[in-house]
Amino acid sequence: MSCILAIAEQADGKLRKIAGEVASEAVRLGASSGLDVVGAAIGPGAAAAAGQLGAFGVKSALAIEGDPVATYSGEAYAAALAAAIRAKSPALVLLGATSFARDQIGRLGALLDSSPAADCIAITAAAAPGAAATRALAVKVRRPVYAGKALQTLTFKSAPALVSLRPNVFPAARVAGGATKVESFAPPPPPARRGRLVERVAAGAGRIELTEAEIVVSGGRGLKNPETFARLIEPLAAALGAAVGASRAVVDAGWRPHGEQVGQTGKTVAPKLYFACGISGAIQHLAGMRTSRTIVAINKDKDAPIFKLADYGIVGDVEEVLPALTEAVKALHAHH
Amino acid sequence: MKVTVCIKRVPSTATRLRIAADGRSIDEAGVEQVLNPYDEFAVEEALRIVDRAGGEVTLVSFGPDAVTKELRNGLAMGAHQAIHLPADASFRDPLSIARALAAAIGPTQPELLLFGRQAVDGDHAQVGLMVATLLGMPAVPDVVKLELGPGSLKAWREVEGAIEAFELPLPCAVTAQKGLNEPRLPNMKGIMAAKKKTISTQAPAAAASTLVLESLELPPERSGGRIVGEGAAAVPALLKLLRDEARAL
Repeated sequence: MSCILAIAEQADGKLRKIAGEVASEAVRLGASSGLDVVGAAIGPGAAAAAGQLGAFGVKSALAIEGDPVATYSGEAYAAALAAAIRAKSPALVLLGATSFARDQIGRLGALLDSSPAADCIAITAAAAPGAAATRALAVKVRRPVYAGKALQTLTFKSAPALVSLRPNVFPAARVAGGATKVESFAPPPPPARRGRLVERVAAGAGRIELTEAEIVVSGGRGLKNPETFARLIEPLAAALGAAVGASRAVVDAGWRPHGEQVGQTGKTVAPKLYFACGISGAIQHLAGMRTSRTIVAINKDKDAPIFKLADYGIVGDVEEVLPALTEAVKALHAHH
Repeated sequence: MKVTVCIKRVPSTATRLRIAADGRSIDEAGVEQVLNPYDEFAVEEALRIVDRAGGEVTLVSFGPDAVTKELRNGLAMGAHQAIHLPADASFRDPLSIARALAAAIGPTQPELLLFGRQAVDGDHAQVGLMVATLLGMPAVPDVVKLELGPGSLKAWREVEGAIEAFELPLPCAVTAQKGLNEPRLPNMKGIMAAKKKTISTQAPAAAASTLVLESLELPPERSGGRIVGEGAAAVPALLKLLRDEARAL
């Protein structure tokens, strides 16, 4: 019996936010296709994390733990995941489109001889009667290409279909009283020639990751200089519990680190709420944030292209509007 | 040190796209094509490595004949030779492209293999790690800093909430992220020298795609565009809309 395998990202025994999104979508696709859903977690803490998948309706899960995956190595993890996939022979494997998947899905495609579809924003899976056992599922995905300037629809001729899902797009759905039966899976010996993780430095504590944030506040050249950017953007982001983003122009000018860049040569974000402050809306920036659910633009130029994309706009100077907005958000939260 | 860099020709990020009549590709008329921006970082890093350690940089590209312009540009930056694997513009999945690249690169036995982190057309961000895996080379994606040691490489990457450093034995592969370096522009001497450098052409190994491209379309237009008001006076109205209409706060 084929299945859908949901690879749940975890750290030290705790599921990451994306894991709930991936597990929930797997459960939805299991219901639409009639296939069982199996979860999988890998690395130290995998058993504890796999046990938490019940909260999303996943009834059984693999915990891939042991010496070969005791510290992160792209090669060792890919070998272990490929072995687990071979053992379960799923028709569909789902991951979250995070750094972890970026490091794994291409390797898995090469090891399993099936080209993956990365960073998908829609997926359907229907039973395909009469096909060979491992292909008993017709999977169709939609994914942004050209950084969101176009959308492509892909289907799979190979099994398993390897798919990563863009964060913040697929809703996590908790179920009451769900329990997971955890089965441990011993990873194979790692490849002799492999990279090893030798250092890991956490970014500032409490910092909100741009690609996972529910709200993003981005600033552009309209902020005039790095000091004004920090003085106006950071307090608004803090008041909203938002991550800070930046346009390419200000990253190239050295005002902000490139890790904050939103756009075609930066990060692609899809938050519930996106603030574009002093950003005119160059096409390469729009590409990185156009799938945000609600977009607010604040710009002194009423003809700025960003206003065509934004749901709501304020025409005005960021020096005047942003402090007022920050105070109003603080007041709003104080009332709740 | 033998360093190989894979490059791709892609539409400029400033380009507005139209879908071609076949409904499966972009209309290339009037579209400016450039070297993939992340590949520039990979080429630059390769040149810096051989500037310090000596050796040769080879460029490899799988794609239409027009990519010889980007290959020539890389040679003008300082790369030593180039290999072109000609292919028409029809859809191919990342694994079939990776197989063609791996088949061409494998016999040349590079000590270091560099890619851009992703091509800004297909945006899969897979080919680099696929080629490395097919060739049995350890690899790190999204690298922002590199240090070459005797027989090994240390590579840093940014992940959600942390910076990680990896140690890899040579030969190995990395994909380049923005921040790795500032790519140089070719100078006149480089451009002249590039005219004498060799771009060899090899028929790519055939590999079938397992992904099927069903359609390509433009994203739905956003219906937005409502100006709430001007200046700080518009802030209360904006917050009310975000809370009550968009339910975003």
